[in-house]
Amino acid sequence: MQRIDEKDRAIIAATQAGLPLVPDPWAEVAKETGLEPQEVLERMRAMAERGVIRRIGLVPNHYRLGWTANGMSVWDVPDELVDELGEKVGALPFVTHCYLRPRSLPEWPYNLFAMVHGRSRAEVEGKVARIHSVLKPHVRSFDVLYSTRILKKAGLRIRRDVTPIPHGSKG
Amino acid sequence: MPLRAQLDEIDRRIINELQGGFPLVERPYAAVARELGISEADLIARLKRLLEIGAATRFGPMYHAERMGGAVMLAALAVPEARFEEVAALVNAYDEVAHNYKRAHKYNMWFVVAAETPERIEEVLQDIEARTGLSVLRAPKLKEYFIGFRVPV
Repeated sequence: MQRIDEKDRAIIAATQAGLPLVPDPWAEVAKETGLEPQEVLERMRAMAERGVIRRIGLVPNHYRLGWTANGMSVWDVPDELVDELGEKVGALPFVTHCYLRPRSLPEWPYNLFAMVHGRSRAEVEGKVARIHSVLKPHVRSFDVLYSTRILKKAGLRIRRDVTPIPHGSKG
Repeated sequence: MPLRAQLDEIDRRIINELQGGFPLVERPYAAVARELGISEADLIARLKRLLEIGAATRFGPMYHAERMGGAVMLAALAVPEARFEEVAALVNAYDEVAHNYKRAHKYNMWFVVAAETPERIEEVLQDIEARTGLSVLRAPKLKEYFIGFRVPV
């Protein structure tokens, strides 16, 4: 896979806290990185094409906007069906992340994780029921882990002049 | 005043439509503003305000950790309730721990570790195990099924 180079890293370092809120943000990033505005734009396009940039946009504050319930639903489904089922769950409009993760038997039997947010626990429960109906009859067991407290929330940051530390992934 | 009451119809459209797909074009705010039927200056001022009042935490590119050459791991601990605060402080103190949530479950602490290499992540997890005497559940992402999530307001 094509890795990012020093110029890309300079752009990432200059934009990871946010895109400048000025009419020509590329020129602003160019000033900070010593690149030409056109090169900033082209490199950002290239990073978006390679998936280094997932998307550009506004990150709403779920909690402050009233989306206070957050449930990590976890499912034990057969390995041979998990891709097909994962795609279906991921396609549900309210699922924010959907991942295949390894089981750790016997303590942890679940291999499919789907994150659901809602304005109340009841709303999350309703959404989990919809996931359940999509996965039926393949669910061997499942659980929903509600978050009860944020213990730490720091952005993942790359430092300038150091090997990159990522930003913007939930792991 | 509740935050939602401070948002007008245009703010809500901005939040709904700008959660992804900001264009990589010249004068991008002007392009988005045209679609929303407002001026470039109004859009920029509203974005600043949405960040200021805390309706949004960030505006900009979301980078993909692994494709930048980094490594990320979701991990969990089953912490006895009496030791919860002590263990939370210990885990949070690692720079590599990006977020950490308490969840209602036997595995009651879920955290994301991000580092430059998978080896460094394993080092951090083993260090946590040695210092807490608890074993860490490792839940690395094997595959991602994605999704265009929007929080409608």
